[in-house]
Amino acid sequence: MSSAPLLSLSDLAVSFRTEQGVLQAVDGVSFELRPGEVLAVVGESGCGKSVTAMTLMGLTRFPNTRFDGTAHYKGLELIGATEEELQRVRGAEIAMIFQDPMTSLNPVMRVGDQIAEQIQAHESLPDAETRERVIELLERVGIPRARDRVDSYPFEFSGGMRQRVMIALALSCSPSVLIADEPTTALDVTIQAQILQQIRALRDETGAAVILVTHDLGVVADIADRIAVMYAGRIVEQGTLDQIFYDPQHPYTWGLLGSIARVDRERPERLPAIAGLPPSLTDRPEGCHFRARCPHEFAECTRVPPLEARAGVADHLDRCWLPAEQKRERREVRPGEIGLESKPGAAAA
Amino acid sequence: MLVVLFAISVLTFVIFNVIPGGDPALRMAGRQPDPGQLERIREDWGFNEPVYVQYVKTMGRVFSGDLISYSTQQNVLEEIGKRIGRTFSLAIGAAIIWMAFATALGLYTAIRAGRVSDRLLTILALVGISMPVFWIGALMNYYLGFKAGIFPNGGYVPLDEDPIDWLYHLIMPWTALSLLFIGVYSRILRSNVLDTLNEDYVRTARAKGLSERRVLLGHVLRNSLIPVVTLWGLDFGAVLGGGAILTETVFDLQGVGQYAAESVDLFDVPTVLAITMFGAFFIVVLNTVVDIIYAILDPRIRLT
Repeated sequence: MSSAPLLSLSDLAVSFRTEQGVLQAVDGVSFELRPGEVLAVVGESGCGKSVTAMTLMGLTRFPNTRFDGTAHYKGLELIGATEEELQRVRGAEIAMIFQDPMTSLNPVMRVGDQIAEQIQAHESLPDAETRERVIELLERVGIPRARDRVDSYPFEFSGGMRQRVMIALALSCSPSVLIADEPTTALDVTIQAQILQQIRALRDETGAAVILVTHDLGVVADIADRIAVMYAGRIVEQGTLDQIFYDPQHPYTWGLLGSIARVDRERPERLPAIAGLPPSLTDRPEGCHFRARCPHEFAECTRVPPLEARAGVADHLDRCWLPAEQKRERREVRPGEIGLESKPGAAAA
Repeated sequence: MLVVLFAISVLTFVIFNVIPGGDPALRMAGRQPDPGQLERIREDWGFNEPVYVQYVKTMGRVFSGDLISYSTQQNVLEEIGKRIGRTFSLAIGAAIIWMAFATALGLYTAIRAGRVSDRLLTILALVGISMPVFWIGALMNYYLGFKAGIFPNGGYVPLDEDPIDWLYHLIMPWTALSLLFIGVYSRILRSNVLDTLNEDYVRTARAKGLSERRVLLGHVLRNSLIPVVTLWGLDFGAVLGGGAILTETVFDLQGVGQYAAESVDLFDVPTVLAITMFGAFFIVVLNTVVDIIYAILDPRIRLT
């Protein structure tokens, strides 16, 4: 994975002016995405994951939004791009799958037309050929009898089927980057697995890079190459799947890992949870944002810890002042106990 | 639909012939009845017989076409027939104008929501809603018609006689009638568009890389228009059925609405009865048409 990054974010910050004050949704997020890579962005609700994802598509440009930092995609600066430049990128270069398939499709338009519309917005393809391509796409994402279903309306599809349509839509112009914003949250568990399977297969087939936004680390374990954990607008820890699952550095990551329900463990009395709530984004605490909920808080925490390689590995970054040895000692989640069982070559401490 | 029409006919009959006290024949006969005529009316309408016979006789007269106004001695249905073209010209033209302008205005103000242009147009729309037709119509007649002489001072020329003169005579009535509706409709559409803009599928449409124009016309407008179409159908039906009484009267169009006003003035019960049925008929018909359009616009309510 040493190829040139496809997408690189540097100190991206997004804030919204609201009646309650300035809401800092994203605060200095930096990461790189390489071709074919799956990056998972993980965190609780309201920590800036979706805003980051939508900002890349230029979907957060409201009159009260303020952007700082940069987001480069193949030589184009997405943050300052004109609406026309963005239109060329959207759908064709960077495509997005949204959270709720029940509301993400236009209810009064045939699903085939909704996909065809995107294809024809980017390529001059005759109607008949477009239709064939739409049918192929629907077949590819596993919609049975695609030739008949292409003329159906969204309300004639189940949630899982609609999400497949959304995936077909996202794929229709062979994008280089696929952003999936909680693609399985609104679906039931059996469908979740199928949809993830679908996304993974597509990555393998097309070589597209994927940004998977989710709050569910269980989802991530299956599919991600690298993970960025976000908290209150900042990335608090970033590393490979193994690094995050087997050697988590940030107490927030420990909390997330500890709260996964598992069938292969003895059932605990209560599922562990992180005490408290994330801070309000209009009024965030000084220093480390997590310290109010962190059992390991100490004097240093009133200063903002920079995102640095503290665990001794160059690509494993975190924002916690605790020395690495102490982290490994203190975390309740023991290495190897978390994440998937048989993970060979785990970077255990 | 037939059931509704039947219910309306019963209701109209009850309102005009049963509920008011006194002698129905006396009311029928107009202002200066003579005793012989009264007797004839009682005979013709069955006022000496049970109520259901009265109903059958009344409706029989309305639908057979020999409903005679006792005030003017004219055949009511023939009179309505003569005026229908005028009312239709007014209604169809105005309905197209108000829908087109309201759509454009509603969409524009929604996109510009909160800005100066939106606020100005909002005020204008409110002014439009607040101005009574008889007042704005009278003003137009006086300033544009009488003083400036740009438009004819009321009156009507049939379409098949002279299309240009027809258009020329109708511009002021169309405008006056449309103003109110444009105000109301553009406000409703504005709020619908603002709601629709927040829908997830509009975000999807943007994420597809569609132009803003495509997003607005293809995804936002269509979904926002659905509720407005219902309203439009009903109002259009009402105006077709002679509901634009004030506009017709102010501009002296001699349409069904004006006929209704004159008949009420003359206490001409048979005519008012017939026009009420006539108006109700159009509202019911347009309601059905709206249901059909609705199903075309929104596939979710198609039955099969």
